[in-house]
Amino acid sequence: MEQERAHTTSSYIQHHLQNLTYGKLPDGTWGLAHSMDDMQKMGFWSLNLDTLGFSALLGILFLGSFYIVSRRATSGVPRGWQNFVEMVVEFIDNTVRGSFSAKNNVVAPLALTIFVWVLLMNLMDLLPIDWLPTLALYLGVPYLKVVPSTDPNATFGMSISVIVLVIYYSIKVKGLGGFFGELAFQPFGKWGAPANLLLEVVNLIAKPVSLALRLFGNMYAGEMIFILIALMYGGGWFFGIFGGVLQLGWAIFHILIVTLQAFIFMTLTIVYLDLAHQEHH
Amino acid sequence: MNFNATLIGQSIFFILFVVFCMKVVWPPIMHALSQRKQNIADGLAAGERGKQDLELAAKRASETLREAKQQVTEIIAQGDKRGVEIVEEAKAQAKIEADRLIAGAKAEMEQEVHRVREELRQRVAELAVQGAEKILRREVDAKTHAALLATISQEL
Repeated sequence: MEQERAHTTSSYIQHHLQNLTYGKLPDGTWGLAHSMDDMQKMGFWSLNLDTLGFSALLGILFLGSFYIVSRRATSGVPRGWQNFVEMVVEFIDNTVRGSFSAKNNVVAPLALTIFVWVLLMNLMDLLPIDWLPTLALYLGVPYLKVVPSTDPNATFGMSISVIVLVIYYSIKVKGLGGFFGELAFQPFGKWGAPANLLLEVVNLIAKPVSLALRLFGNMYAGEMIFILIALMYGGGWFFGIFGGVLQLGWAIFHILIVTLQAFIFMTLTIVYLDLAHQEHH
Repeated sequence: MNFNATLIGQSIFFILFVVFCMKVVWPPIMHALSQRKQNIADGLAAGERGKQDLELAAKRASETLREAKQQVTEIIAQGDKRGVEIVEEAKAQAKIEADRLIAGAKAEMEQEVHRVREELRQRVAELAVQGAEKILRREVDAKTHAALLATISQEL
């Protein structure tokens, strides 16, 4: 009895932590993974449909709603949604102006996209964790992770794109020689080149890794706590009520984390790009 | 942590979203914002200018008012003076006229007196001659004494 309960508990958690993965199954056909084992055997060439689906949906929601405003943006008195959009845009613009000193038309829209998109992805965490997966089960979909930013693929996808952009602008602004010079001749001068190279390359790689892992870690941990709280609903009415209170409290606190993580991701991106534009002497 | 091709898919989405945002969404919103900023700045400047104009106009108005008051005072003073002058002139003229009339009347009166006296003298002489005639008719021939009578009447 106790063992069975432990089993359902762990399978409940497992179920919540597995993505809906499409790839090549062990028997050679292509299809959805129906277990953790299936998924791991699929290797690299498989897709997390839930992550991609939700992030695309949220991205389209974000850009669509902003696009409506941008198409009929007037310089008259803004009202309703335009007001909100302008507030967000102005906030991003001020942040970019504050921490990005060079001139680049990509950075501000990039920052806007990162902030709003990541924020929306994080906000999916506030949906009660069983709603969408249970609905999916009824529709015959075995797994569904609704928060894209708890999938490291999503966060690394963004952070690697950011670091590619950083390297691109570093080379564009300082030239290939300047970029490698920066890697090799700092901080110990040219006689310490091997040590410099090692340090700087580690530094360069640490940027996207830390960027992605920070967001992923925070969201994953938040999600995990929601799952653990949700487990309490199975423990009788006392634990059920206690769990409800805890979930409310954690959700309210999580709003802060959600916003903060989106903001940090954006700010660090701006700072990295700013560093890429600066000449070191 | 399972890495798979989602990584690539997510990167592609990310790049597409950023490009869309950069090309389509961002510029019109920023354009509207900067234009509104310009509008507001213009409006504020116009307001400031209007305020200055108002101050200037108020100053000019009070100056005009002051000048007008001064002019009015001058005009009133002039009018008073002129009035006094007119009265004086009229008085002087009236006096002259009165003098002239009085002089005329006096002259006429004198003339009349002279005429009446002459007439009276004539009448008295006639009366005397008639009296004398009546007295002398019986005793004196009028023709012989005519020269004497004429001398008498001349002396009267």
